[in-house]
Amino acid sequence: MRFTAATRRLLGTITAFGLVFLYAPLVVVAILSFNTSRSFSWPPDGFTTSWWGKAWESTDIRTSLANSAKTALAASLIAVVLGTLVSFAVQRHRFFGRETLSLLVILPIALPGIVTGIALNRAFRSLGAQMGFLTLVVAHATFCIVIIYNNVVARLRRLSPNMEEASADLGADSWQTFRYVTFPMLRSALLAGGLLAFALSFDEIVVTTFTSGPGFQTLPLWIFSNMFRPNNLPLVNVVATAVVLLSIIPVWLAQRLTDSE
Amino acid sequence: MLAYIGSLAALFLTAVYTIDPFTTDIVKTVSGENFSELASKSVYRAITIRTVGIAAAVTVIDLLLAVPMALYIAKVARPRVRRLLIVAVLMPLWASYLVKGYSWRAILDPGSGVLTKTFGGSPGFGVTATIIGLAYLWLPYMILPIQAGLERLPDSLLEASADLGGRSAITIRKVVLPILVPAIIAGTIFTFSLSLGDYITVQILGGKTQMIGNAVYANFGSNNIPFASAFAIVPVAIMVGYLLAVRRTGAFENL
Repeated sequence: MRFTAATRRLLGTITAFGLVFLYAPLVVVAILSFNTSRSFSWPPDGFTTSWWGKAWESTDIRTSLANSAKTALAASLIAVVLGTLVSFAVQRHRFFGRETLSLLVILPIALPGIVTGIALNRAFRSLGAQMGFLTLVVAHATFCIVIIYNNVVARLRRLSPNMEEASADLGADSWQTFRYVTFPMLRSALLAGGLLAFALSFDEIVVTTFTSGPGFQTLPLWIFSNMFRPNNLPLVNVVATAVVLLSIIPVWLAQRLTDSE
Repeated sequence: MLAYIGSLAALFLTAVYTIDPFTTDIVKTVSGENFSELASKSVYRAITIRTVGIAAAVTVIDLLLAVPMALYIAKVARPRVRRLLIVAVLMPLWASYLVKGYSWRAILDPGSGVLTKTFGGSPGFGVTATIIGLAYLWLPYMILPIQAGLERLPDSLLEASADLGGRSAITIRKVVLPILVPAIIAGTIFTFSLSLGDYITVQILGGKTQMIGNAVYANFGSNNIPFASAFAIVPVAIMVGYLLAVRRTGAFENL
């Protein structure tokens, strides 16, 4: 026994309340996606699945969904590589400015998105870059790196360097050590971090507003421009509900993978 | 990384310039004009105080909800339930930020919202609605680091405290809290900074409420980049100050 029955009940009640708080708005959106009315009405006027059909056929939605997925994938892959490198540097080596680097690396997530967005927007423009896929990926990678870095550093801190030393003593070169010893121990941290980075990038709107071009619309940008148009509101509800439902798969998979290790 | 820091620095450098009121071109003469305007005009002071107040309120609400939830998930729930609960906390992160804001609009709408229709009353749009919306959006960011921190707290430590006669409240205060504090600070970094910079939720839920983000966005939109940069320094300075203050607690290791 660790907590008294009363404490456990109290914790359980707050948790239940917290979950209701977390899910009530999502349930409202899901219900509204079946509402016959074009504009917001509560309680719903009637039941229809026609919005789901319309959303499925919309090329706008498909394109922005694909754009978001491409951006999130590219940004998280870049972040996995760079984030791992930075965390190795900070965790395994001692050098001048190491403390500063560990503070700097978390800045993109600790600073407001609008500041990051405007700063990158100004920088891209002064370099003469065309706003679009590439600028967006670079912008998203800055905050995705933080996620990977945090996950990998936390893992590295718990891993003993003895394993790597043993591998080197047994004659493995540094690539073999990384490939057969370090990487397997990092895999689940990379996966969990990569997934969170993907999710963050997929839903990012503030930095995106400043670093994407007119020709490259992501899903959040599509939602933002359609949310206040009465005719498209039901479609926004459908897309939002669908994305939450689809996200069960990766979240569950990641959870299983981390558990099994 | 360097590119990021470089563009931040470049942005803050423009804060000391001013713009020509007729051409909106940037006049590259160094002056403290933007900062003195920020400090002297009561409207900007009010915006800053309001923004910090909202961010603080959001952080406190999230703490009150997240600590018991994380305790329950990490230390009370059975492993099977625990896994389900973690997934349940993670899932809302995938739902669109905008749609969640919009959904709160549907819930809080004073005329025909869900709350009004069901319970006959609603706080309406304004500061309260903004705080509710932001607290909702950032709650998982507070729960997850605390829960992860608690997972690292061995049960044997809790049992030892109980064996030595420590009741729940004492165990929590003397054993759990010292391990929890860095994890909690990590959570507050997220909720505080995300709230400080927000300008979209407040547009959706805040009625006429203005936060720093709105002012920065409006000045950026009207091409007054120097003033936007100067105002953007305010949340950055607050955040950097906060980060430096909590650096010693080991919070960064819990982010």
